[in-house]
Amino acid sequence: MIVIDTANHISALAAKMARPKVIAAYPITPQTTIVERLAEYVEKGQLDAEFIRVESEHSAMTACIAAEACGVRTFTATSSHGLLLMHEMLHWAGLARLPVVMVNVNRAIGPGWNIWSDANDSMAQRDTSWIHFYCSSNQEVFDTIIQAYKIAESSEVMLPAMISYDGFILSHTSMPAEIPSQKEIDEFLPPFKPAWSIVDEAITHGNIIEPLNYAKVRYDMMLSMEKAKKVIEEVGEDFGKKFGRYYGLVDEYKCDDADYVIVAMASIASEAKFAVERLRSRGEKVGVVNLRTHRPFPYEKLKYDKLIVIDRNISPGLGGVVYNEIKGKVREAYGFIAGIGGMDVSYKDIERIYELAKKGKEGFYLFEVS
Amino acid sequence: MKTAISYPTEGAMGKTGTWRVFKPVVDEQKCIKCYRCWIFCPDCAIEIEQFPVIDYNYCKGCGICANECPVKAISMEREGK
Repeated sequence: MIVIDTANHISALAAKMARPKVIAAYPITPQTTIVERLAEYVEKGQLDAEFIRVESEHSAMTACIAAEACGVRTFTATSSHGLLLMHEMLHWAGLARLPVVMVNVNRAIGPGWNIWSDANDSMAQRDTSWIHFYCSSNQEVFDTIIQAYKIAESSEVMLPAMISYDGFILSHTSMPAEIPSQKEIDEFLPPFKPAWSIVDEAITHGNIIEPLNYAKVRYDMMLSMEKAKKVIEEVGEDFGKKFGRYYGLVDEYKCDDADYVIVAMASIASEAKFAVERLRSRGEKVGVVNLRTHRPFPYEKLKYDKLIVIDRNISPGLGGVVYNEIKGKVREAYGFIAGIGGMDVSYKDIERIYELAKKGKEGFYLFEVS
Repeated sequence: MKTAISYPTEGAMGKTGTWRVFKPVVDEQKCIKCYRCWIFCPDCAIEIEQFPVIDYNYCKGCGICANECPVKAISMEREGK
């Protein structure tokens, strides 16, 4: 069935079809319409789940953690300041190996108050041991949420997963998306089997542990993140076999013969494909790598000589986060910061970024809408 | 998968009875065998035979049993007197 709707409503539909038993959320722009829609599903009896209204995002994550510790699947969604308020509990979910799945609709952080898209909110959570996905279309949002449950709950992974996409550019924009039947989703996504549960046996979780055991817990998370790379590719492949849309750690576009490869995430990556079409029509050999996953970081997929990295985030004193993670590992990389605070990044801007990179330039450009 | 799970074991933190400053002592003349002390003991350091028997290896001397006792049959006595 083809549905034409906003990424937020499609997120809510994907969450519903994954059959979570507990949803705990607090409204925040531009995420609000996800949980509003989920509340409607619960109220109308279309989704058999407990909807917990909480007083803050910190509590929303805590409620999801507690529910997961009782062995049930959960869902929550947030944005910007809400995500920052969750920060402490994001670490908790990761260290407790509870595969909570959350949507984060990217939004800039205030002050000055700004409701538009940039990825500083989710980039600030990159070290919380969550799997980070970025989506570039409403279809990808649906497909990634369904896959995220299967990946996060894999016995080889058991880590929480965050799915991010641009506020308003996707969250409030209607696009067509192919929605499988509930039966097909149920066949693809088996019921949740927790790694541990306080319901099944008398245990305490999170007691004091000595340094060596703590280090072992952290080391094990590193190993699981590495295994997640394999699981993400396997689940993406299985999803493709069943639904016809294949996914992996990255989505490569016209990279085979490219002299320069643009590395971007979320909506900028899909805009970059359009820029590549125009550049190629002028004889420029250029491709795009859409980074679907930021954690685990798919270094092995970036084996190109010249990379142009576009970051919709900024780490003051360092630069673009993704660029700085990549630059030591490839021969040549040019970093650009664009689209901060919801500034539009059009195909024309990306073409200008390409021209600047060819001249060996890089930096933070305040491109005007052209 | 590794995470910080602990299973209940006796004396996981050592003989915590050494932490005690005040020691609960049961007066069997007054005890009515209601076992409220047994219910409330946060360390499971009270066992019931006929009367409550306090396990001084693990009792930290918190005094909750003495506080809950409805007939004041448990008194808290200073250690090392």
